[in-house]
Amino acid sequence: MDIILQQLVNGLSLGSVYGLIAIGYTMVYGIIGMINFAHGDVYMVSAYVTAIAIALLSFFGIESFPVVILGTLIFTIFVTGVYGWVIERVAYRPLRGSSRLSILISAIGMSLILQNYVQISQGAKQQGVPTLLSGAIRFDVGDGFVQLTYMKLFILCASFIGMGVLTYIIQKTKLGRMCRATQQDPKMASILGIDTDKIISTVFVIGATMAALAGVLVTLDYGGFDFYVGFIIGIKAFTAAVLGGIGSLPGAMLGGIILGLSEALFAGLISSDYKDVFSFSLLVIILIFRPSGLLGKPEVEKV
Amino acid sequence: MSSLMEFKEVDVHYGPIQALKKVSLSVNEGEIVTLIGANGAGKSTLLMSIFGQPRISSGEIIYRGEDISKKSSHYVASHGLAQSPEGRRIFPGMSVEENLLMGTIPIGMDHAEEDMRKMFDLFPRLEERRNQRASTMSGGEQQMLAIARALMSRPKLLLLDEPSLGLAPIIVKQIFEILKDVASTGMTIFLVEQNANHALKLADRGYVMVNGEIRMSGTGDELLVNPEVREAYLGGH
Repeated sequence: MDIILQQLVNGLSLGSVYGLIAIGYTMVYGIIGMINFAHGDVYMVSAYVTAIAIALLSFFGIESFPVVILGTLIFTIFVTGVYGWVIERVAYRPLRGSSRLSILISAIGMSLILQNYVQISQGAKQQGVPTLLSGAIRFDVGDGFVQLTYMKLFILCASFIGMGVLTYIIQKTKLGRMCRATQQDPKMASILGIDTDKIISTVFVIGATMAALAGVLVTLDYGGFDFYVGFIIGIKAFTAAVLGGIGSLPGAMLGGIILGLSEALFAGLISSDYKDVFSFSLLVIILIFRPSGLLGKPEVEKV
Repeated sequence: MSSLMEFKEVDVHYGPIQALKKVSLSVNEGEIVTLIGANGAGKSTLLMSIFGQPRISSGEIIYRGEDISKKSSHYVASHGLAQSPEGRRIFPGMSVEENLLMGTIPIGMDHAEEDMRKMFDLFPRLEERRNQRASTMSGGEQQMLAIARALMSRPKLLLLDEPSLGLAPIIVKQIFEILKDVASTGMTIFLVEQNANHALKLADRGYVMVNGEIRMSGTGDELLVNPEVREAYLGGH
């Protein structure tokens, strides 16, 4: 019983991180119909930026936890957002209107460039950040206990706030309406006076900021990272996006949480060696019964 | 009268196919001008070319003294041109209210409340459905929404592409009644239609387009009684 509860807690925090990264995949797919394979590497970049931010802050003698965490978040989100904007500008905008295959290849190229650039500039060795927040809350359950570390609690709160703010922006603000309009009918959006190129850039920046939020949270929790961390978590987040229905914002969040929970439960109860096999099998099974994902809409050919 | 928008010898090509051939026409301030023609004559191409989709291959599109043929769509939209396009193209996943708000992009939200009120007075059906998803509405309601959305930007020139397309005669009549109301406010309207009868009755002047060329022009009344027009577009009665 305590194991199940413990894994639920772990899975929820893992899943919310997947959800944050999945948002970048799903929004970009929704607006220009491409999978941004460099998105996992944007996450990886944000891990390095997190370390740089923490180092900078401690260099200036800033130690208090709230200031450090806030400073790191703002710095990392800003820098990673700039990366998102530049990537779209350099790798995708020049190919607007060309075949999906060329954009896909450009995305893979961008991913390789980011990995190698970070490897050369930061070194191939694993890096780490110090633990900023330690301690945990314990709940006694039967004979055992469930432990919720403050860090996990922080991850949960921060990612739900991030998702909440984003959902509000997309659903209620003018910028959100402009994003949705561009997603539903880009040609009409431009006739109504929307600069669709600007909106596409904005969506890349939004995706990158969400990945950056995930990057800060995971890096602070796990401590270690290298230039290759973006790959596996990127694939997982992509799986979450497809699971939830690619193109759907709530789908990405739901998909992330389902994936995180099922992975953690499988690892805790059956075998942690096969948890990846389980999560990808889950994807296959869901796609057999719901080819467009849990909350996705079946693709309708536009006439 | 000063001309608000003018096409000067405009050509449009789709690859090897020429869709518009040396088209010249003008719309003056405060006028209702219609362009009639059969399916595939190039009417929608002409309207969309104002927004650079497609780009014209030669000629000029002058709007308030400026050639806009090389400008971006959003530039054109931000300068007082609004279109209710062919096929309506409302945003299916958005509510009626959100669709209307999309019309305010060029002018900002300052008049949104007030203008939405006006639209609901003009199209009471839209008020009943204000929080409903646009995709769940009937064709006529969607057409009304598309026109209202265009009006929300307080355009200097309202472009309408076949507002009667695919609608029941009674709804078409309603829509033209409303257009008459809109016209009476002094709005300049350029109306593209296959339904020549309704269009010519509403319009001050009209052009007839055949295979990408302007074949005839005249006042609405002249064209209505023109034997050729009657034969081709009014069922020969």
